[in-house]
Amino acid sequence: MRAVVTVIGKDTVGILHKVSGICAEFNVNVIEVTQSVLQDMFAMIMLVDISKINADFAELVDRMDSLGKDLGLSIHTMHEDIFNSMHTI
Amino acid sequence: MLNVYNILETIRMIQDECLDIRTITMGISLLDCIDTDIDKACEKVYNKIVSKAKNLVPVGQQIEKEYGIPIINKRISVTPIAMLAAACPNDNPVKFAKALQRAADTCGVNFIGGYSALVHKGFSAGDMALIKSIPEALDVTTNICSSVNIGSTKSGINMDAVKLMGQIVKESAERTADRDCIGPAKLVVFCNAVEDNPFMAGAFHGVGEPDCEIHVGVSGPGVVRAALTKYPDATINEIADIIKKTAFKITRMGQLVGARASELLGVPFGIVDLSLAPTPAIGDSVAHILEEMGLEMCGTHGTTACLAMLNDAVKKGGVMASSTVGGLSGAFIPVSEDAGMIDAAVAGVLSLEKLEAMTAVCSVGLDMIVIPGETSPETISAIIADEAAIGMVNTKTTAVRVIPAVGKKQGETLEFGGLLGSGPVMPVKDKSSAKFINRGGRIPAPMQSLKN
Repeated sequence: MRAVVTVIGKDTVGILHKVSGICAEFNVNVIEVTQSVLQDMFAMIMLVDISKINADFAELVDRMDSLGKDLGLSIHTMHEDIFNSMHTI
Repeated sequence: MLNVYNILETIRMIQDECLDIRTITMGISLLDCIDTDIDKACEKVYNKIVSKAKNLVPVGQQIEKEYGIPIINKRISVTPIAMLAAACPNDNPVKFAKALQRAADTCGVNFIGGYSALVHKGFSAGDMALIKSIPEALDVTTNICSSVNIGSTKSGINMDAVKLMGQIVKESAERTADRDCIGPAKLVVFCNAVEDNPFMAGAFHGVGEPDCEIHVGVSGPGVVRAALTKYPDATINEIADIIKKTAFKITRMGQLVGARASELLGVPFGIVDLSLAPTPAIGDSVAHILEEMGLEMCGTHGTTACLAMLNDAVKKGGVMASSTVGGLSGAFIPVSEDAGMIDAAVAGVLSLEKLEAMTAVCSVGLDMIVIPGETSPETISAIIADEAAIGMVNTKTTAVRVIPAVGKKQGETLEFGGLLGSGPVMPVKDKSSAKFINRGGRIPAPMQSLKN
């Protein structure tokens, strides 16, 4: 089972560190990261493995949400199935 | 494999274009709750609903978190209550409405639909008592929805029921006049009602359905409109293709959510309803899609053609995306629930007559239309008869949900709040249809019924 974490917002020091820190805390393995900074807009898409997660997936979603609020970023954590079912036949 | 563009497209749809799951609706059969003692029957109804649906709301919330997609309503549809009322002829069926309300409160669902009767060919035991109790039931409850099927292609139109429903709609408005006439906003009069509809106020659980199942209704007018905005110079067939592709994506999401809900609740998956359901929120309007196609305002000449194309393209795109499509499936045009329709009605561009024409080419019918409070019951019946005739002849579902605004005239509005929105009072003809309505009887089934 995998999930997608997207982070969009104004660039600051340590975004990747903080997001992956939460992943580690939940025993969620980072598989792939795509990241870019255009002007000072930060955009990151992270594919993570949630099969060995040590809590409810909903808790991870809440933690990421509150991190997003603290940093003034928009962070979405969604199960990969929604993207697969919408964009592939 | 996942690519960045697809991921961002999905997030943009949800974040900026109001994409959501309108409802997860659990259909529950109450046939095993029939009892000659109405109090016992009510207790069985309450227990059965609560035992089946106690996890519906938490499961809905879990799925919202998992997929990051809002699920606006969690609802329940039940066996038409007239069938239960038939067993207790000497009691007031409103007791059932109160039991349903208690169950809705316990489960935390937004609506329970099914305070209904099916009388398209005639009244059987329980039907008349239930219909006469509708104004009281909608007055003393807040989350219960009612519907009555008064016609079908196979059986024609029951004009006695049509006459009665004009009176019921009016009485229901009068009883709830202090609450912006909310009563009739929860009451739908159908021709060719479907048995697996997840949308309110017309949802009920048909007798041909399994004991319990899960239906999903998606939304997404905002997404369709945003997709069209990117192609200002496309031809109409190119537009139809864009709508198809967008409808496919929206419906896939509905299929995913429905399948997941069915798995978590341990209940079979019923259908995905493909309908484009608008909300009063800005950017979530079916009227605005039609305007994006090139109409200055919804309701002007060309509206019916644009809507016919939209409705067809939505079905073509959606039908491949889901394993089982059902319900009403098409485009909804509820006036008070659609920001663009409200504007067009206020401007006088969208009239009752135009809406009637539009209902011939899209799903459902005259929906959430506010009419002057002084409109006579016979005129309401005649509006119902016209709409039912369109459904009967075209072998499609049509419905009437009009709200007589007690004490109000053209130029004033009713405020329902929430998903029901607000509606300007729209004019109706002032010439009488009373003699026609008072004749009673039945309009025989049309030639279209003889398919065997």
